[in-house]
Amino acid sequence: MTKEELKLLKEIADLEKTPQGAYNIRKNGESAGRASTENIVIESKTDKPGIDIRIKDGTKNESVHIPVILSETGYTEVVYNDFFIGDNCDVLIVAGCGIHNGGCGTVQHDGVHTFYIGKNSRVRYVEKHYGEGEGSGEKIMNPVTVAYVGENSYMQLDTTQIKGVDSTKRETYIHVGKNAETVVNEKLMTHGNQNAVSEMEIILEDEGANGQVVSRSVARENSVQTFYPKMTGKNKCFGHVQCDSIIMDNAKISSIPAIAAEHTEAMLVHEAAIGKIAGEQMLKLMTLGLSEEEAEDRILQGFLN
Amino acid sequence: MGLMQPTGGQILLDGKDITNLSVTERARLGVSYGFQQPPRFKGMKVRDLLEIASGRNDLKVEECCKYLNKVGLCAGDYIDREVDTSLSGGEVKRIEISTILARNSKVMIFDEPEAGIDLWSFAKLTETFRDLHKNSNSTIIIISHQERIIGLADEIVVLSGGKILKRGKREEVFPVILAESAPGCKYTKGASV
Repeated sequence: MTKEELKLLKEIADLEKTPQGAYNIRKNGESAGRASTENIVIESKTDKPGIDIRIKDGTKNESVHIPVILSETGYTEVVYNDFFIGDNCDVLIVAGCGIHNGGCGTVQHDGVHTFYIGKNSRVRYVEKHYGEGEGSGEKIMNPVTVAYVGENSYMQLDTTQIKGVDSTKRETYIHVGKNAETVVNEKLMTHGNQNAVSEMEIILEDEGANGQVVSRSVARENSVQTFYPKMTGKNKCFGHVQCDSIIMDNAKISSIPAIAAEHTEAMLVHEAAIGKIAGEQMLKLMTLGLSEEEAEDRILQGFLN
Repeated sequence: MGLMQPTGGQILLDGKDITNLSVTERARLGVSYGFQQPPRFKGMKVRDLLEIASGRNDLKVEECCKYLNKVGLCAGDYIDREVDTSLSGGEVKRIEISTILARNSKVMIFDEPEAGIDLWSFAKLTETFRDLHKNSNSTIIIISHQERIIGLADEIVVLSGGKILKRGKREEVFPVILAESAPGCKYTKGASV
């Protein structure tokens, strides 16, 4: 791998060497390394690009890394990765896509990830998106995440896009079963002329389902962000959607959370706020000795942490 | 602190004119300031604020503990909490004061430190100021309406309508303030009920 490619891996999956446990590294559409374990089996799909990841019942404290890196200008792909997670599991799944575009062609990765989670399992799915490169070509990522969270299970989705992606349209659909819970933590920062759209639909299907969406974003320069998180309660359930955005420079942000109830025992709350960095926050950090730029950085760093 | 520009006069710190310096410049020279209504930060933890204040990013739990204990907070419960709306007004206020303690600066300015603090913490706070006064070389300037805090001062400056009304040693000024702040209203004095 080249120096740029290794840097991408570090950015998106915090990997400096071959990860422990199961992994699949995809580079410019080809496999650059794969390992299965006794409990986690990774196989290529035969009908379309992508992989199937099968995690056996009772798999605990294991992880799967499936980073994707693209460094070939003009390369575009759609990849389908399906996760079949058994009962009584506790696993960490780290995905992510890094693009280094040194040319003028568009580089695009559309990853469609589907999770089928059994009963009594805990899954933390971490996904990072990052783009870089001196070329004029666009770096585009359109991730789709679909999850079916089984009875008494918990799924946490931590999705982060901090830098360098010119255009993104992310779609998230999570179906939450009986006494199951899902937590979505979305962090997004856009700059330049970037455009980001995030559509989310959480269905709290059965009794005792619990859903929480915490979305934090910063829009700088001329970038544009649009959020549509929607939570639907179909039974006795609890759902909370919270969107917080910091707007800077000439950016534009639309935050349109929605809640829908189809049951009298559904309790749903949403809140959304957009604002600039508060002047008192800047002043407070400056009284602690930080310069204006340092204070701004620390505030944004904390906000997106 | 430089939050507002003075309309007249001069501010000297160790003989150096700091009248026209910015907030950051004054802070770096050793002036610190505790806000009456401290701002809240989404995502920033108590530990982060103490680290920024102390200028170090390797602050140990025991050190955080030292600063937080002085304002009546248990570090274990607070260092990893965010300084956001989940904290009460009193808690944010106490954390604010602990950041000033962490700065350990030459001049510490506290703007109404007693505002929004409950009685128990207030007792702890006066003790902290007494302690600071005794054991540190910092000059402490406290803006206050509270006689128990004013009573700690060596020198008292009485401000009214933006002007200095009185200035002098505690022994001279304090009794006068107490006498003037006796209950009653000048409009109703002498009136029958």
